[in-house]
Amino acid sequence: MTQENERLGIVVSGSLNKGVEVKLDSSASVEDMVVGRFVTIEGQKRRFFGMITDVSLGVADPTLTVVPPDVSDPFIAEVIAGTSTFGTLHVSPSLVIGGDATTTLEGPQPVKTIPSHFSVVRLASQRDVELVFGKEDKERFHIGNPLDMETKLCLNLEELVKRSNGIFGKSGTGKTFLTRILLIGMLQKSKAVNLIFDMHSEYGWEGSSEGSTRKVKALKQFFPSQVAVFTLDEEGSRRRKVSTDFVVKIGFDEIEPEDMVLLRQTLNLTELAVEAVYQLRRRFGKGWIQSTLDITDPDETKRLLDELNIHESTFQSLKRGLATIRRLPFIEPHAPVDAVKVILEHLDRGTNVVLEFGRYRDITAYILVANMLARRIYALYQERTERAIGENTAPPRPLVITIEEAHKFLNPEVASQTIFGTIAREMRKYNVTLLVIDQRPSGIDSEVMSQLGTKITCLLDNEKDIDSVLAGVSGKSELKSVLARLAPRQQALIFGHAVPMPVAFQPREYGSAQSYKDFAPKEVGKDIEKLWD
Amino acid sequence: MERVGEVIEASTAEFVAQCYELYEIPPLGSLVKTKDQSLELYGVVYNAATTSLEPGRRPIARGKDEKTEEEIYRQSPQLLKLLKSEFGVVVVGHKQDKRLYHYLPPTPARIHGFVYQCSPEEVKEFSQSFDFLNIIINARLPVSTEELIGATLRRMSQAYEDPRPFLVAAGKELAILLSGNLSQLKVVLGRIKP
Repeated sequence: MTQENERLGIVVSGSLNKGVEVKLDSSASVEDMVVGRFVTIEGQKRRFFGMITDVSLGVADPTLTVVPPDVSDPFIAEVIAGTSTFGTLHVSPSLVIGGDATTTLEGPQPVKTIPSHFSVVRLASQRDVELVFGKEDKERFHIGNPLDMETKLCLNLEELVKRSNGIFGKSGTGKTFLTRILLIGMLQKSKAVNLIFDMHSEYGWEGSSEGSTRKVKALKQFFPSQVAVFTLDEEGSRRRKVSTDFVVKIGFDEIEPEDMVLLRQTLNLTELAVEAVYQLRRRFGKGWIQSTLDITDPDETKRLLDELNIHESTFQSLKRGLATIRRLPFIEPHAPVDAVKVILEHLDRGTNVVLEFGRYRDITAYILVANMLARRIYALYQERTERAIGENTAPPRPLVITIEEAHKFLNPEVASQTIFGTIAREMRKYNVTLLVIDQRPSGIDSEVMSQLGTKITCLLDNEKDIDSVLAGVSGKSELKSVLARLAPRQQALIFGHAVPMPVAFQPREYGSAQSYKDFAPKEVGKDIEKLWD
Repeated sequence: MERVGEVIEASTAEFVAQCYELYEIPPLGSLVKTKDQSLELYGVVYNAATTSLEPGRRPIARGKDEKTEEEIYRQSPQLLKLLKSEFGVVVVGHKQDKRLYHYLPPTPARIHGFVYQCSPEEVKEFSQSFDFLNIIINARLPVSTEELIGATLRRMSQAYEDPRPFLVAAGKELAILLSGNLSQLKVVLGRIKP
């Protein structure tokens, strides 16, 4: 396994828990070393793969720090660099590959030991990256390049969609772009279908790039036959010249008390008001909202409240909340067509569904619709999977539900009650997984966070957010320093189930004509090309 | 190969050679060698002296009535025979069976062994390794170690077309050898700065 990679230095100390210290050669400048770079360590019997997690300066003699030499002289500076003064790297090895034939076949394994003293450390080569992350093939999708490398970093998407995943990052760090890339990857390489609750109308048709007026193409433009755009805001979509496939209307009778629980915070309902919802549902049945709002006569109200033992003010607050819901234009007393049924039909055909919210960006609408639809789709999936197990037939297609502002659904207060909490916790069994997109991961229930298989995170600077994203990951403190130092845009750290080791990477380009060509499926490539000629 | 003298006193770590001509002393820090059958001893000139042939007789001042210094020697030609030039060499390595070793030879130099100035090629070959620096640093010599190392490396660097890489490499070696003695390192680096 000889290679011509740049030699960085040698291992001088370390431990399995804390990683190894590497003394830089004088030829390697400490200023070229950046946290997050992927390196290999050639031990005597094994090769180790790891990531630079810290860079520091060392001196052979502490006196040097007190009486610094005259480094204005280039000769003196050159002589003492790498000898009296040197750079050190902290590398946490995460994978190892054995030297003999059998272990080479098994591929990289998690580390259980560390390289011996003075093992040579090199920058990872293209081959190393391929060895660890695999080459681009029918399951692996090129998502970007490891930091400061030209090599393609590939992700096994079949593996990825088997679990729920999360994409995190401060706003403006490129979460949306990353999600688009990932969704395109899923469309290209995995058998899973996607249901995307597209709060800001960015994934279906053209979205805008932050900081410029440039339009960015989205899923439907790449895969017209595989993607259907649903909308809640027909007018808005028409204005944006989006060709929509279906206009979603929600009927009052489709809203269940569980949906109200989730809206408690946004509608400012009290605990008692939520309790009252259940009572009203029992009392009035399916049409409970309409019936509740229809009661205007004070006597009738009083009679009802006495009967159900609900306090007057509680009832009024609930009524106000329900009125807010009623004002949402896509809510109708009875939906003409059952949206869930249409969505499922599409999903069954293998068509991915993007639900645009258009103008209705307020969180009430988003939570209500996403929760309601997901709950019913989930129930049907559960039923089908169970039937498939019973009858020994093929289970339904794996479904990935993408939600934004995930902390609203998955915060500790509601995570146990919402459907998304359930999906995150156990739905892998029923072939439904989540793709959670959020900027405040600390707001998400820790139990849900721990169930996310793969996490991709852009820059986070809030201590709490970083802690919650990295909770339970080995080498947490090292990753923390990498994460905190990602560039504010277009750099991300990926770790978890779908990658053999954590790696910081630069997502592949998205937005140029060339990138569109690369993303487009090969068979329709020609038609697509016309789009941007 | 230029012959510069003859060994007149020898021990394991150093030897003294007398020049054939008065004042024709190889410069401080130059690499010289002497042969002993199959063994070639390499050394660095660390000291030189011109004294009276007889230890008890000191030269006296003679130039009072002469216009130039040369005139003194012309007027008293016997002076060239009554004085002698000697130089001390610290042994820094040897060659046996065509292999170079940068450590002390098994036997000291032979008395009356001829001493030669090394050619630039030999200097280049010998200076491929800096192991000899340690011998100089640890030798107890009448001249200061810093001066001798400085002179040696400066002279060796002249054998190279581009002396800088050589001096930088030597400096790095010194930085390691003298890591416990920064002031010494500083002085030496000041001496060899190109």
